[in-house]
Amino acid sequence: MSLLLKQPSVLPGFGLTLGFAMFYFSVIVLIPLSGLFVKTSMLSWEQFWDIITNSRAVASYRLTFGASLVGALINGLFGSIIAWVLVRYRFPGRALVDALVDLPFALPTAVAGITLAAIYSSNGWIGRYLEPLGIKIAFTPLGVLVALTFIGLPFVVRTVQPVLQDLDKEVEEAATTLGADRWQTFRAVIVPELWPALLTGMAMAFARAVGEYGSVIFIAGNMPLKSEITPLLIMTKLEQYDYSGATALGVVMLAASFVLALIINLLQWWSTARHMNQ
Amino acid sequence: MNSVTMAADKDVQWKDSLTTESPLVRRLLIAAVFFYLTLFLFIPLAAVFAEALQGGLAAYVESFLNEDALAAIRLTLLVAAVAVPLNALFGVAAAWAIAKFDFVGKQVLITLIDMPLAVSPVISGLIYVLLFGAQGWLGPWLAEHDITILFALPGIVLATIFVTVPFVARELIPLMQSQGREEEEAAITLGASGWQMFMRVTLPNIKWSLLYGVILCNARAMGEFGAVSVVSGHIRGLTNTMPLHVEILYNEYNAVSAFAVASLLTLLAIVTLAAKAIVERNTHSPTIVTDPTSAVQAGSIR
Amino acid sequence: MSIQVDHVTKRFGAFTVLNDVSLHVQEGELVALLGPSGCGKTTLLRILAGLERPDDGRIFLHGAEVTDQRISERRVGFVFQHYALFRHMTVADNVAFGLTVLPRAQRPSTTRIQEKVRELLGLVQLQAMADRYPSQLSGGQRQRVALARALAVEPKLLLLDEPFGALDAKVRKELRRWLRRLHDELHITGILVTHDQEEALEVADRVVVMHQGNVEQIGTPDEVYEHPANPFVYRFLGDVNVFHGRVSEARAAVQGNPEEASAGLADGVEEHEVTFVRPHDLELNRSRTNPDQFEATVRYVLSAGSRVRLELIVQSSAQTIEVELTKERYRELDLREGEVVFVHPRHRQVFTIPQS
Repeated sequence: MSLLLKQPSVLPGFGLTLGFAMFYFSVIVLIPLSGLFVKTSMLSWEQFWDIITNSRAVASYRLTFGASLVGALINGLFGSIIAWVLVRYRFPGRALVDALVDLPFALPTAVAGITLAAIYSSNGWIGRYLEPLGIKIAFTPLGVLVALTFIGLPFVVRTVQPVLQDLDKEVEEAATTLGADRWQTFRAVIVPELWPALLTGMAMAFARAVGEYGSVIFIAGNMPLKSEITPLLIMTKLEQYDYSGATALGVVMLAASFVLALIINLLQWWSTARHMNQ
Repeated sequence: MNSVTMAADKDVQWKDSLTTESPLVRRLLIAAVFFYLTLFLFIPLAAVFAEALQGGLAAYVESFLNEDALAAIRLTLLVAAVAVPLNALFGVAAAWAIAKFDFVGKQVLITLIDMPLAVSPVISGLIYVLLFGAQGWLGPWLAEHDITILFALPGIVLATIFVTVPFVARELIPLMQSQGREEEEAAITLGASGWQMFMRVTLPNIKWSLLYGVILCNARAMGEFGAVSVVSGHIRGLTNTMPLHVEILYNEYNAVSAFAVASLLTLLAIVTLAAKAIVERNTHSPTIVTDPTSAVQAGSIR
Repeated sequence: MSIQVDHVTKRFGAFTVLNDVSLHVQEGELVALLGPSGCGKTTLLRILAGLERPDDGRIFLHGAEVTDQRISERRVGFVFQHYALFRHMTVADNVAFGLTVLPRAQRPSTTRIQEKVRELLGLVQLQAMADRYPSQLSGGQRQRVALARALAVEPKLLLLDEPFGALDAKVRKELRRWLRRLHDELHITGILVTHDQEEALEVADRVVVMHQGNVEQIGTPDEVYEHPANPFVYRFLGDVNVFHGRVSEARAAVQGNPEEASAGLADGVEEHEVTFVRPHDLELNRSRTNPDQFEATVRYVLSAGSRVRLELIVQSSAQTIEVELTKERYRELDLREGEVVFVHPRHRQVFTIPQS
């Protein structure tokens, strides 16, 4: 282990801690995960292609990625406003709002699922007011959007908030002394500073939503080709002992996750590199 | 209007033009926040408890006291009791190696540790099915030796560990990186053993973040649904955790019981958020300076 | 543009930052607000800019009251201590910012803006840096960009908040000479906030010494340095040896009149009289040459640098005093640690300090 060290250190425990961490992580994560690719490699390319381009699968991608994207955009807007209000204004209930923003992160997804299904169904607390307007949310693709928006809520707030907090007040004052009005200052000075964090938060919300299962299945209706998300399709295939089908779709999802993780890493690198500059 | 309030008004207007927005914009933004959070946070939170208590307090309590519910609670506690300490140990070990040493592949390891968060929970379960299932790599060998992992406690524990691996490490790595290694080096040069250094220097410095990491890890372990759903087999009274029990009750149209069990999990989430708020206050508050007079005083301390 | 500050008071909570401050600055003057941190100098500057509003008192720019005027209407240029450059914009875009946010009707054409930016970058000697980002510049370059940016809107008043505070000593020295030259060229009214007395004395036409929210003295650098109005100003503008009234023998010797001193002691007022002497105003001799002298022992000699600093112990009172000599004088005297010398002040100032 110590061969990996770039420079020697007087601190103890490097070999022990790194060795244990690598062993544990390999057993729990890396080896099982690699099984997914091994299993896929047993499929011929045609088989694989057929599975992942099946119309039911394609419909599920469209819903999963589409609803995740719209949810991320909604959270991009409202998450920025929440972060702004939490950092800049003092109002009653602020501490409560600040604490509760993380609820979708801490609440078990099954609980979120049944609760959202209950309140957005046609006789639920919110659904009953939307029903007369002809808007049905529970058991439609809109329900998927509601669930994915819910679980993505903390991400933008929590990425934008610290950047906003660290924003140098002098920079805004400088813009003001140079004659910029509030809107000009916001557009030309504040937004460019927030932009990388906002994109990162939206990418995180999107990534989380793409893989989400528990909160969606209760509210979605789960009709094939209409309101069936990809993780549910994988689950269905598993329950039918169609392991190849499940695995192939799993690889698609995993590839999407990796690409997203890469994008998020790049975005984070971009934003911290910018911050290191000054 | 007397002159005092006029002066005050003038002050408000004047301040507004500077580094904040007009009161109208401010109120609109705050209203937008409350509107959005009412739809997505406040109403769902209230609804859990309202639905759970719909049938009265007796029915609520009854929901936990039957055999299946108790079994689900026991299993959930057991799973967490195994998964959380292991992940905490991993988190501390990984954070120690990453934060205090420079080694080849460090950045890769940091990225890898977050991976389980990026993977869909369904896939987290799927990989264990592929590994331990009847058609899986180890399936035949396990069957031969009469070992059950899938659709039993070990499978549930493994899937839960997978999903919650990063939480403690994620809390500790940035903190320990920012703390640097000087204090530990000082302890070592003063003659402390590795264990003494850890217990008396490192641990006191990270205890709050460690605590929050453990609490968060625990909340996610107890609440995990997708991954556990894949590997559990849904055997009532045997392999049902609380979230799975919620699902079964809900699908049986037993809304009161479903929400009653869900309300327990919600309380767990609220406790987690409260713990976060407390930990943040304990780790950050000394640096927060809002009053200019105290800024002068704090300036000399820092 | 002339500035009139009229009985301005500002409080933050229970803390009075500015206490009834009045000040007049003439057109084209460069004035330094000098004081230790927390004395209110930055707050006064921010009030002039319109970044803060006074609780009491009024501000006039060029004879017109601006107390309630918005910052954008005041046409002041403000240079921040930490530059406050827009880090996502190039140097040229930073300088152009104030012009690009003008209402469309007043905004110069794009080519005119570019021309103007070029001129300004020429003025601050940064033409080659136009396309760089602030992070690619040194501290001194960044501050010059900040200055060019502030000048772009053709302010009638330039306010500089510790503009060289974040720079290292050498760059600071260069920049303040440069600022002085720039001011002589542009003749723009300027106010500079600083806690560095050397900087204030070197750059400013007049110096305003502030302490705990009050103006202690206003005057030219010579006036405040040669004739400090009170002990605070004396101490703040340079090193000083303090002889307290009670330390009778040394003080009496310094005052040069032992009888007067004892008379003073008798009526008890002089207890609060304090004599200040700068280290370079103390003259040393190997033998007694005049009756004012008192004896002292050399404890340390610090001979590095352009001048030699000595630490002496006054024999009668055991007080430690500091003396500064030229190299030549030091060589003439040929002093060693432990030797006894005769000390007398060339200049001194006596203040009566009110009962504390």
